[in-house]
Amino acid sequence: MSLDRKDVERIAHLARLAINEQDIPDYAHNLSAILELVEQMNAVDTTDVVPMAHPLDAHQRLREDEVSEQDQSSLFQSVAPQVEQGLYLVPKVIE
Amino acid sequence: MEWETVIGLEIHTQLATKSKIFSGASTAYGAAANTQACAVDLGLPGVLPVLNSEAVRMAVKFGLAVGAHIAPRSVFARKNYFYPDLPKGYQISQYELPVVEKGTVSIELEDGTGKIIGVTRAHLEEDAGKSLHEDFHGMTGIDLNRAGTPLLEIVSEPDMRSAVEAVAYMKKIHTLVRYLEISDGNMQEGSFRCDANVSIRPAGETKLGTRTELKNINSFRFVERAINYEVERQIDVLESGGKVVQETRLYDANKNETRPMRSKEEAMDYRYFPDPDLLPVEILPDDIDAIRTSLPELPDARRDRFLKDYGLSTYDAGVLTASREMADYFEAVVNASGEAKLVANWVTGDLSGFLNKDNREVSDSPVSADMLAGMIQRIKDNTISGKIAKEVFEAMWNGEGSADDIIEKRGLKQITDTGAIETEIDRVIAENPQQVEQFRAGKEKLLGFFVGQVMKATQGKANPAQLNELLKKKLSG
Amino acid sequence: MHTMSIVELAAGLHQGEFSSEELTRSLLARIKNLDPQLNSLVTLAEEQAIDQARNADQRLAGGDATTLTGIPVIQKDIFCTQGVKTSCGSRMLDNFISPYDATVVEKLNQAGSVMLGKANMDEFAMGSSNETSFYGPVKNPWNPETVPGGSSGGSAAAVAARFAPFATGTDTGGSIRQPTALCGITGLKPTYGRVSRYGMIAFASSLDQAGPMTRSAEDAAIVLGAMAGFDVRDSTSIDKPVPDYRANLNDDIRGLRVGLPKQYFTEGLDSGVGDRIADAIDVYKKLGVEFVDIDLPNTHLAVPVYYVVAPAECSSNLSRFDGVRFGYRCENPKDLEDLYKRSRGEGFGAEVQRRIMIGTYALSAGYYDAYYLKSQQIRRLIRDDFVRAFEKVDVIMSPTSPTVAFKLGEKTADPVSMYLSDIDTIAVNLAGLPGMSIPAGFAHDLPVGLQIIGNYFDEARLLNVAHMYQLETDWHNRIPAGFE
Repeated sequence: MSLDRKDVERIAHLARLAINEQDIPDYAHNLSAILELVEQMNAVDTTDVVPMAHPLDAHQRLREDEVSEQDQSSLFQSVAPQVEQGLYLVPKVIE
Repeated sequence: MEWETVIGLEIHTQLATKSKIFSGASTAYGAAANTQACAVDLGLPGVLPVLNSEAVRMAVKFGLAVGAHIAPRSVFARKNYFYPDLPKGYQISQYELPVVEKGTVSIELEDGTGKIIGVTRAHLEEDAGKSLHEDFHGMTGIDLNRAGTPLLEIVSEPDMRSAVEAVAYMKKIHTLVRYLEISDGNMQEGSFRCDANVSIRPAGETKLGTRTELKNINSFRFVERAINYEVERQIDVLESGGKVVQETRLYDANKNETRPMRSKEEAMDYRYFPDPDLLPVEILPDDIDAIRTSLPELPDARRDRFLKDYGLSTYDAGVLTASREMADYFEAVVNASGEAKLVANWVTGDLSGFLNKDNREVSDSPVSADMLAGMIQRIKDNTISGKIAKEVFEAMWNGEGSADDIIEKRGLKQITDTGAIETEIDRVIAENPQQVEQFRAGKEKLLGFFVGQVMKATQGKANPAQLNELLKKKLSG
Repeated sequence: MHTMSIVELAAGLHQGEFSSEELTRSLLARIKNLDPQLNSLVTLAEEQAIDQARNADQRLAGGDATTLTGIPVIQKDIFCTQGVKTSCGSRMLDNFISPYDATVVEKLNQAGSVMLGKANMDEFAMGSSNETSFYGPVKNPWNPETVPGGSSGGSAAAVAARFAPFATGTDTGGSIRQPTALCGITGLKPTYGRVSRYGMIAFASSLDQAGPMTRSAEDAAIVLGAMAGFDVRDSTSIDKPVPDYRANLNDDIRGLRVGLPKQYFTEGLDSGVGDRIADAIDVYKKLGVEFVDIDLPNTHLAVPVYYVVAPAECSSNLSRFDGVRFGYRCENPKDLEDLYKRSRGEGFGAEVQRRIMIGTYALSAGYYDAYYLKSQQIRRLIRDDFVRAFEKVDVIMSPTSPTVAFKLGEKTADPVSMYLSDIDTIAVNLAGLPGMSIPAGFAHDLPVGLQIIGNYFDEARLLNVAHMYQLETDWHNRIPAGFE
């Protein structure tokens, strides 16, 4: 699969990455090369092979329903770019 | 042209767990902003989710209550999109393998007919935070306290054909989650919300029309209004030669209209994939059996039992089982008083009226089940009449004590002494010869006049049945 | 003191020959003096280290010390360390002072080890040469013109340069083993789930695993014992007791069956590296080990599968870096989308952005089945190859890397050639198996690593097999010139 400029722009938008106009050809080239590497997979017949999402065939362990966390908001917000009245601030959200 | 409306609902109900679905932070409502958002809820670098067992149990309860299939193995997936109230940039949800699949609920409509609505699936997911749109120098504030609160998303089949049916379905699910005690169902606080998928098609057509998704509907009244508005809008569009656009629309309750959501303008590509931080959830048959045994009597079963055991009308049985608290209250009064029909009248009548007026839940009614039972006893044993009972009930509501206290204090005990009543009747007959004559000439309506006069003289305490009988005898004699 | 192993240092500390504070101060001075040549550390935690050392000295005096009490460590900067900058090699987290400790950090703190600082690494662990770091490349102490490998390149270089007796690393596709090999040290990637991932900044969650980077297998056994264990905060950690990894180090390995997969000995293998591996096999033969040729037929698919699975997971894992709650935020965003795009575009380097884009693409509508689902199916085939092999053999041996350390800048322009440098390590991550790399001599004057792959939770056997080799050889005690 060879990616063109439009593909790169679409993917970058989906991933919310601002990329420089002049870097797009480079991205298109490198991403296409990676996809070419990846597409070696196509040669394999995987009919009836169950996909493996986890290396171990274990199942989810469940937690008791207990409140274990205390308020640490001031510590957590000490690393935030912009907070006011305990809220994280972002440019205006339009619904 | 005649149009048919097709509606499917996605109901999001917050589960009433103490802690969040993937973290140990509290889910209590109303805390100061971000004080209940722990490292996991904030999606700090390096944190990991651990699933709350109670959330799973609650989902299974719901599944069993709607007769659904409980998946022995279900999988959490990531739904990827960027939004400031979504800290990780993905929502952990269930996609391909939800915990609950293929159930049904029955709804009853006001005309007495019923209908079965399919529940396609119900899956567990985490709630997002809240964007606060008050102005912070032109910016939006984000409160992540709600982020990570467990949600059960209940998806219906497109089985509803009117806004009324949609409301009946939504109310039924609301009743159910409260019966199961898996959600407080508080709509003001957003614990129970709904998105509606609405489309129309020419009557008789089997193919579905293009649908729109209405978001942000948080009351039964708004569901009805939003759907009705949207149906009219779609009819207008189609009848004027246009096409309905598949889109997400926001219901604005203030303006009573729907409008396209700006944030959903572009087609979303959520890139679902199994969450590698969570393993498949295994639910064993033994777990399911244990949960099944713990289920309370469900509204439909209880309604049927009320019909059968107490001889109630379908309407009364429906009203009384609409909430578990109401049904519990009713049964407590019945058990304490040995009456059913009379109790049903009082609960659906005066009690409900007072609750509505004061905007209270039955669980915090000032007239407890025992108090009402006490009053019912006094009606039964003829201490007071039904009419006097209304005065007693109001006094109980206002905190003046038990029925007996009030009857005693206010001297409301009914006069059942035949002699005493006869004395008053004789006096009234003697004082109103003209009316007596008219009555005897055939104007039987006047009986009410005589009853009134005697009641007035006895301050309403004469036993109504005795009074009627004695009056008729005397007047005709 | 800097040349002493953990075992030797622990003996010195327990016998009062020197204090942890002395040891710590001497290594801090050594780092300040020598690291400018290597750039292996991004943060030096001097004050905290001295505090920890003093506490350790008290513990040692009080008699409740562990083997690691007072022993200095360098943490890979992927582990969250409370109060200390945790950058993950990225501009995105250049201002991030972690508000909490990773479980691995907590455990090593509890054992009483002393954190000297944080090791440089490839940005978000994405790289095989440590050249993608926001803080600049790390140089290989054996030859400063070559790379140390990656992504745990800072950890490997620091241990090889004797800045600390051990470091932590993480391994998603070879990020412990490959730099371990290229820097001539000993490193172990445990079975997936053996060590908690909580607080370890995620790259690819189903592959990431933390492990020790040391000079010897014996030291690795000590450190792994402290790092491993079930963690209630990590659903993917396994609730299985942690054995005493030192208990079986000296077990006789006569009769051990070792598989040699033919797919790891192909024309891509540098002949110098191949010769050293052959030498190592001879050493093991003398120890009575039996070698068996085995077939891992899907090996060639490991790199393609990995470059779907890892980017897919990372594209999602890295979405939380959005300039809202922590980390880099662009100047004067004009709206929400601008905030996201520029914060991420400016905060992430090129390789991270490439992988996010590949992953985003592989998961996007219309491509999921062809890429992501397919990769998960082949992942199972790769795992099954190993499962079948372990029915016949006890461990598998191979080169850790097909070449020795390559030149700085040699592969940066061609991502695919860089990816292929992990060809010998990636399959192990996909299968979730434990793997080790130990020094096995030199080719082209640079270290060669022997990879030993074990069955699930068979770390003790790997350490035993490695230790027996290290009793016979002294490659692990070689010190790069200028760092003696």
